[in-house]
Amino acid sequence: MSSAAATVSDTLVIARRSLLRIPRQPDLLLGFTVQPVMFVLLFVYVLGGAIQTPGFDYVDFLIPGIIVQSMVFGGFVTALGLAEDLKKGLIDRFRSLPMASSALLTGRTLADVAGNVTQLVVMIAVGLIAGFNFSTSIPKILAGIALCLLIGYAFSWVFAFIGLVASSPEAANGYGFTIIFPLTFISSAFVPIASMPGWLEPVAEYNPVTVMVDAVRALFLGTPAGNSIWGAVVWCLVIVAVFAPLSAWRYRRAVTR
Amino acid sequence: MRSYLGAGRASDARVGVTVRARNVHPELSDAAAIETRELRKSYGDVVALDGVDLTVEPGIVFGLLGPNGAGKTTAVRILTTLLAPDGGSARVAGLDVVRDGGKVRERIGLAGQYAAVDENLTGFENLEMVGRLYHLGRRRSRERSAELLASFDLADAGDRLVRTYSGGMRRRLDLAAALVANPPVLFLDEPTTGLDLPSRIALWEAIEALTTEGTTVLLTTQYLDEADRLTDRIAVIDHGRLIAEGSSDELKRRVGGDRLELRLEDSSRCEAAAAVLASIAQGSPFVEDGSLRVPLRTRAGAIAEAVRRLDDLGIGIDDIALRSPTLDDVFLTLTGHVAEEPSEDEQRERESAA
Repeated sequence: MSSAAATVSDTLVIARRSLLRIPRQPDLLLGFTVQPVMFVLLFVYVLGGAIQTPGFDYVDFLIPGIIVQSMVFGGFVTALGLAEDLKKGLIDRFRSLPMASSALLTGRTLADVAGNVTQLVVMIAVGLIAGFNFSTSIPKILAGIALCLLIGYAFSWVFAFIGLVASSPEAANGYGFTIIFPLTFISSAFVPIASMPGWLEPVAEYNPVTVMVDAVRALFLGTPAGNSIWGAVVWCLVIVAVFAPLSAWRYRRAVTR
Repeated sequence: MRSYLGAGRASDARVGVTVRARNVHPELSDAAAIETRELRKSYGDVVALDGVDLTVEPGIVFGLLGPNGAGKTTAVRILTTLLAPDGGSARVAGLDVVRDGGKVRERIGLAGQYAAVDENLTGFENLEMVGRLYHLGRRRSRERSAELLASFDLADAGDRLVRTYSGGMRRRLDLAAALVANPPVLFLDEPTTGLDLPSRIALWEAIEALTTEGTTVLLTTQYLDEADRLTDRIAVIDHGRLIAEGSSDELKRRVGGDRLELRLEDSSRCEAAAAVLASIAQGSPFVEDGSLRVPLRTRAGAIAEAVRRLDDLGIGIDDIALRSPTLDDVFLTLTGHVAEEPSEDEQRERESAA
């Protein structure tokens, strides 16, 4: 096998492994699908009444934001999975095999895309039931969906890195919630930035999640896009460009714990 | 179909006593299967390997024996390309582990202490995945997986998730995974640590069967009985240095040969007994733990001779036994400490430090 063909084959073998695992950990799958649905219900029916979103129904404002949040967290399984592989010694096995050294990471992040598609379908369905309306054209909606998946893919690499540096699956969980969770909240995902205290506004303004949420809103609702769409794409590429090499470097030095 | 289990019976004779017929794996020429020169590795201030020279001939089972923290696992990690050495060189199957890491990985199998199999895949899926990652192709990977599951008595469990397996089953699957590509050189890092006796014996038999096929095996262990039973040659490692090397029998000879242990009915007559037995002894008889110990010149006829001489003097014998030195004796002599089996705390400590 040529080395390029071998790399593709290795990636697909690992992706298949990750996909096979999903239905066997139904609690994990359920957690990652039900949690965003709970968020939609809580925000729309509990908090929504108290949040002012001038020019929007809150459900229209919320759905793009919450979809981006669920995409950002879509790679969490990768962090947990890699931390577990490290703990169980599987990383040693993989590293002793003549497989492409990148394949464990590219395969996992690829499998995350499949998980993200599932989440996206569930989120959009729940959104539509809760009263969300797309108000743009089909091509823009499709572009928005593609952007969501790109966002999910980019953050899978952040989680891959977290999984490889965390000392245990539990620690990976901790990193995820203390670092990534605030990132999605200090953004335009759930409330208009203008409603935040003045000192926090610039933080939210420059938060990549804000750029991504604004881009998805523009594509789903037809709000003014500004530079947000290109900005979001560039952010995704930058995140991959930074975290893919970092993860690969970490993987090559990975040590069973 | 060939079975890896139960096949050990034929070669039950202790290693070194009989010379086993060896086939050498076709991918290994006459060159050493494993060769290290001045191998060094430190973790910060802790020296794990302090200049280790090893030569492992093709087709043998080579035991790396040593207590916790002696450097065994570090050596295996370097030889399997998982860790870069700080100094010295290492070749596996004739290839440098640093320069030709990729090619080395095509020629080795690794099974470790952690039973590195995916709990959320079935046994079959685990082996198939490993086969695909060795680039055996889909069809060959599947055939080989089915073959190995049958050989390791896992055929019925092949379609069950590994998380339902017992510890012994996981280790067997782990060993099977290391064999998927039929590699010429196999590394087994403490393959039976933490297993109960029946599972250990089953795994030993599997390893014994392997060695008749020409696979070179480097096995690390802290169990002396395991090294004694499985290996053709043993290197004893302590504090990152090789302190002895040879066959199990050679090492035992270094601590002295066979000896007679006698318990007398009247222990006050030990001195008289020692005097009368001095002429069959190598060196002088001595008393230890209330028993008279007589290092022997020759084993043959020693018991009969001793009984006759003591009987002539009217010294009653309560118990008499011929004892060969064990690797425990070797270890104690060489390292000055007993090869203790790790307590659970040490085990956990090692897992977090490894």
